[in-house]
Amino acid sequence: MDFEDSPEEAAFRAEVRTWLDANAKPKLKREASDPMDERSDPAAMKRAREWQKTRAEKGYARITWPKGMGGIGGTPMQSIIYGQEESKYDVPAGGPFAIGLGMCIPTVMTYCGDDVKNRYVKPAVEGTEIWCQLFSEPAGGSDVAALKTRAVKEGDTWTINGSKIWTTGAQFSDYGLLLTRTDPNVPKHKGLTMFYLSMKTPGVEVRPIKQASGSSGFNEIFFTDVKIPDSQRVGEVGQGWQVALTTLMHERLAVGGGQGGGLDVPQLMQLARSLELEDGPAIKNAAVREKIADWYVRSAGLKYTTLRTMTALSRGQQPGPEASIAKIVVASKLQDISAFAMELEGEAGVLTGEGAPMHGSFQGGWLGAPGLRIAGGTDEILRNIIAERVLGLPGDIRVDKDVPFNKVPTGR
Amino acid sequence: MNFDFSDDQKQIKDQARKFLSEKCTTKTVRKLYEGSGTYDAALWKQIAEMGWMGTAIPEEFGGLGLGYLELCVVAEELGRALAPVPFSSTVYLLAEFLLAAGTDEQKKRLLPKIASGELIGCFARSEGPGAVTPKKVRTTFKGEKLSGTKIAVTDGMDAQYAVVLARGSDDAGERGLQLALVDLSGAGVKRKAVTSLDPSRGIAEITFDNANAEALGKLGEGWSVASRVMDRAAILIAFEQVGGSDVCLAMAKEYAMTRYAFGRQIASFQAIKHKLADMYINIELARSNAYYGAWALSTGASELPLAAAAARVSATQAFDYASKENTQTHGGIGFTWEADCHFYYKRSKQLGLALGPQRAWKDKLVTELELSNAA
Repeated sequence: MDFEDSPEEAAFRAEVRTWLDANAKPKLKREASDPMDERSDPAAMKRAREWQKTRAEKGYARITWPKGMGGIGGTPMQSIIYGQEESKYDVPAGGPFAIGLGMCIPTVMTYCGDDVKNRYVKPAVEGTEIWCQLFSEPAGGSDVAALKTRAVKEGDTWTINGSKIWTTGAQFSDYGLLLTRTDPNVPKHKGLTMFYLSMKTPGVEVRPIKQASGSSGFNEIFFTDVKIPDSQRVGEVGQGWQVALTTLMHERLAVGGGQGGGLDVPQLMQLARSLELEDGPAIKNAAVREKIADWYVRSAGLKYTTLRTMTALSRGQQPGPEASIAKIVVASKLQDISAFAMELEGEAGVLTGEGAPMHGSFQGGWLGAPGLRIAGGTDEILRNIIAERVLGLPGDIRVDKDVPFNKVPTGR
Repeated sequence: MNFDFSDDQKQIKDQARKFLSEKCTTKTVRKLYEGSGTYDAALWKQIAEMGWMGTAIPEEFGGLGLGYLELCVVAEELGRALAPVPFSSTVYLLAEFLLAAGTDEQKKRLLPKIASGELIGCFARSEGPGAVTPKKVRTTFKGEKLSGTKIAVTDGMDAQYAVVLARGSDDAGERGLQLALVDLSGAGVKRKAVTSLDPSRGIAEITFDNANAEALGKLGEGWSVASRVMDRAAILIAFEQVGGSDVCLAMAKEYAMTRYAFGRQIASFQAIKHKLADMYINIELARSNAYYGAWALSTGASELPLAAAAARVSATQAFDYASKENTQTHGGIGFTWEADCHFYYKRSKQLGLALGPQRAWKDKLVTELELSNAA
């Protein structure tokens, strides 16, 4: 048991460092970058695109992808090593491209022909074209297969009508991967078909949603008589659910750990050292110390779980099911730590922004945490996934199974 | 990155599991619950024949000298089997105390007997309810004579030797503390079997009245040596706790899959599924923390105290949750004497308290974090 690289891994790490030294500057201080801010700031966006192109040309943009497609045909472990090294340099993290490259393009690569791949993969991996994922709808969130957006075929053209919601970054996107209902007369999973389309297609309207936290990362998208050719279909007609599962599988890998806005035990301890409670310094208070320990064992447990996953990858094995627990743990912990920090801040806990203790970082975490518990699979859906796929418990009894979609009861 | 046990270590683990699944079923545990004694002597003898006690004891002292990672995998299996043997008190505590503070003569005299299974040990620390603090230690050790009373000594009914935390001088604080090594068959030692949560461990109250004892380590170092050894033991016990937690999850799953209510398997209800998912999450976090502890134990890393506290807290929480929710998943039948659920519920609390409660370990954990931040 050790934490050392294998000789091959060490060699690759050295290679990556040499290249990064030649192409980037080391990071002076650690700060979390917000992909949303990056996207709405043209200068930051320009920088992000430039860096994306640089690393795509080297084959470091998507290490596991083939050469010529932004990758080097490398291993998942090499991808992790690159990420570890790159995080020490002052370069954009690539947030605006994450959904496209993490979810949409892998789906396109799985189901589309060479002409489509040759047209779309390179611009996406180089950051010139951004993709979004158009799955969730007002009536289909956790139950995404209940979506209603209709695609009707006439000749070689499909006409799309309906709306999508919770689409991250749609306002900055060039293309979208679109899941539609093509047959409402069969059970819900069987009547779906996947397409891709330009977000500039006539009849597509993007409206940012103002979130409970006040910012707008998500959007609502309306489709009114949008025409797209049959050549933009991804997979077979009626096969949309299988195609979507490919995307969602990639999503769960992408939305895993590492989130939490940089708020964890060290920040809570920093706050506790700076505050005075009724009986003295907060850091000396027994109740505060118990809470710190509770969250520390969860953070440390996740950190070492990640090392176990990396060990499996390093040995060329599939990661075990332990990888599936990260988001559930991180999201709730963020919410709980933030709330407790505000409790320690006392009446000043209601303040936000620069005037608040520690520049309002805990208030920011607390405001954002509900979104993290929902996005990319709610806590409840993720527990179902652990129960069913990891523990092998039976699926829910589905009252809509085998019922034609247009006969399934809906609330409104 | 190689944060996992080796194939050889996994093989030891598989062998231990196979052996214990045959020789130590819950029927073995039940016999002790039904009053057949304080530990399973036949099982102890078989374990000794396989050399488990000497797993991490150096060869020069009669052990196998394999190492602590090997001991961790054995611990996990003993925990899984709820093995009713004084393994932790003897191997994680007495042997470790000797290795940490014993003279060469003491090690040569006692470690081979531990490795061969002839000698059972225990550690006597607490003298009453509430926290154990240096100033609350009243047992005296002067002129090689020990006097005082220790309560709730795990495996105290079965041990031949005890390590006793005692006051070796008139100094009231930590500086006055010293560890004493006592042959419990000597004059002036009285043992009383006490009823406890977990009848599969022989828990004793031990009174020393001018009993002969020898020093184990120096005066003034008793508290710090005990802390160091308890850190090491906490990591090994965390593996036992993880092993026990795994069984709880498997039992809950098995029952939920076979029990029907409202016309369906209860495992198909989200109230049950989410409970089991949470058990799984807690267990995986605890397992990963225990792994880190194992790494620290095997390398003697300076992070060991923090790793030990984290492993201890995480594993205690995982076993608490898994054992209580396993009973809950079983419903009324889970609360009967005949069902096995209560063995795990009780063992989880016994293990969670025997080296001191979570509260104390959490405080220690944060102290270690403060030290590492200051460094």
